[in-house]
Amino acid sequence: MGFSPLLKVSGLSKNFGGVQAIADLSFELMKGELLGLIGPNGSGKTTAVNLITGFVRPSKGDINFQGKNITGMAPYKIVRLGIARTFQMVKPFYQLPAYKNMIIPLYSPRVKQLLGGKYGDRDAVALDLLEEVGFERDAFVAYKSASVLPQGYLKRLELAKAIALQPDLILLDELFSGLSLAEVAGIVPIIEKLRQEGKTIIMIEHRLKELFRIADRVLVLNYGEKIAEGQAREVMESDAVKKAYLGAEA
Amino acid sequence: MEKRKERIDRGIKARSGDVFALSSWREMLYLAAPRLIPIIGFLVLPLILGVYWQKVLLSVAGFALLAISWDILAQTGMISLGQALFFGMGAYASGVINYYLGWHPLIAIPLASVIGGLICTAFLLPVLRLRGIYFSMVTLIIPLMLVRIVEATKILGGTEGLSGIAALPSRWIELYLIMGVLTAALFGFRRMLGSDYGLVLKGISDNDRSVMNAGINIYWFKTQALFMSSCIGAFAGAFLTHVYMFVGMPVFALDYSILPIAAAVVGGPGTLAGATLGAFILVPLSELLRGIGGLRIVFYGLFLVIFIVALPEGLFHYVQRKFHQFERWVEVE
Repeated sequence: MGFSPLLKVSGLSKNFGGVQAIADLSFELMKGELLGLIGPNGSGKTTAVNLITGFVRPSKGDINFQGKNITGMAPYKIVRLGIARTFQMVKPFYQLPAYKNMIIPLYSPRVKQLLGGKYGDRDAVALDLLEEVGFERDAFVAYKSASVLPQGYLKRLELAKAIALQPDLILLDELFSGLSLAEVAGIVPIIEKLRQEGKTIIMIEHRLKELFRIADRVLVLNYGEKIAEGQAREVMESDAVKKAYLGAEA
Repeated sequence: MEKRKERIDRGIKARSGDVFALSSWREMLYLAAPRLIPIIGFLVLPLILGVYWQKVLLSVAGFALLAISWDILAQTGMISLGQALFFGMGAYASGVINYYLGWHPLIAIPLASVIGGLICTAFLLPVLRLRGIYFSMVTLIIPLMLVRIVEATKILGGTEGLSGIAALPSRWIELYLIMGVLTAALFGFRRMLGSDYGLVLKGISDNDRSVMNAGINIYWFKTQALFMSSCIGAFAGAFLTHVYMFVGMPVFALDYSILPIAAAVVGGPGTLAGATLGAFILVPLSELLRGIGGLRIVFYGLFLVIFIVALPEGLFHYVQRKFHQFERWVEVE
């Protein structure tokens, strides 16, 4: 491909005190790709997302997004450039009804800038977006307080809040965790639709079966280091990955 | 047989919530009454009260403004224990403008509200990143420090304060100025908090990282809320300085920090109306208890405790619920 990558991470490192959370991580991501980020617990997946989105400052290394160096930028500035994320532990506004949760991302300067100020009633846009992620229209659920919504809906809400920002790159941190098979099956088409719209996605996931079905490429982390990268099947065959996951000599 | 309480929105509440479908005067009144009662009350109260209670009303309105100011900050996730900072800064600003420059109170008060607001915002700007109790502690300490600075350096009249500050032209201007500002602040800021902008502020108190994650600079929004809040508090201070015709160290007293919080808690935080209602209960109560002398604080404290235990949601939320919903006991199936 003759194009420059959408996201380029080079030599990224982060240590918390004596713990090396991420060590010399480098990878590239092309526009429209879906990259799966996997690895055992504590391998640094969420830290990697936190570094890219600015929630944690890297100790070393560079992050380039659309040719712009975003290393160490404040999270809100990174969002305005077009990177949105979801949190593993969902972070809704519990005091507000589900659809009012959407008002806050819709109030973002990013949305104003893209859609030019007035684009109609935010409440209506919010309900449309929630319908896209599977909140049934004309049902009561979108009007319910986020504090009483079941986990499945909270995850969808988390996704909708990211989509509302019209991002070019979406980072999904364990979107499927805590969901039933049926709920996952309900969300997969939403992700596939995002890809058809040309969005680039990084997914952290423990549900490998579901992930491999949609990922173009996977990257495996262990103790903060990249131990494999490539097609899902090849990667899982590799000795280093087997050892990391199963703990046994392969 | 076990029973539970069922709460159902009144039909009119549902019909007037979003789309207005009103069909009678009675329904119009249902919507208008909650707004008309305070407005008419604010207009009529000065006329029917005696001179002594008119003075109390000025102080009630001052505390109501401080409570509104506290509530706006609390809505944005900043729990202030130092409303006295805002009050005192406005009081000193207006006092200084009038005492040293000789400017008319009607110019000094608005000017002092803005200047006081700016100074308070500048004071608290470095600690906006602190959350929860850490922010509260700093707000508690700053007014206490300022008192000691005034005392030690003897600036601005030192312990004596500045007396002989010009009063407002007349009792009626005093009364209607503060009632007007209170009405404007109450309804204006209620409207603001109900808007999408207000949702962002509430979002910060609910989950600030999530707001950040929406590409919103939360420190800029917190600064705005802080400025609005401190301007209201500074106005209350500036205004009462010209009523008492004196400004001195007592303007940084703990009363001005604690009473607004008590008012907001008794009235129901999060609505501004609750904060106002709380001030209208607590300040006159404190006046009424003056007659019993030393035990005043005991009875006052007892009242607060009983109120908070019996109605933890606050009076306004309770009344609001009764107004919008009817309740009945139904058998549990």
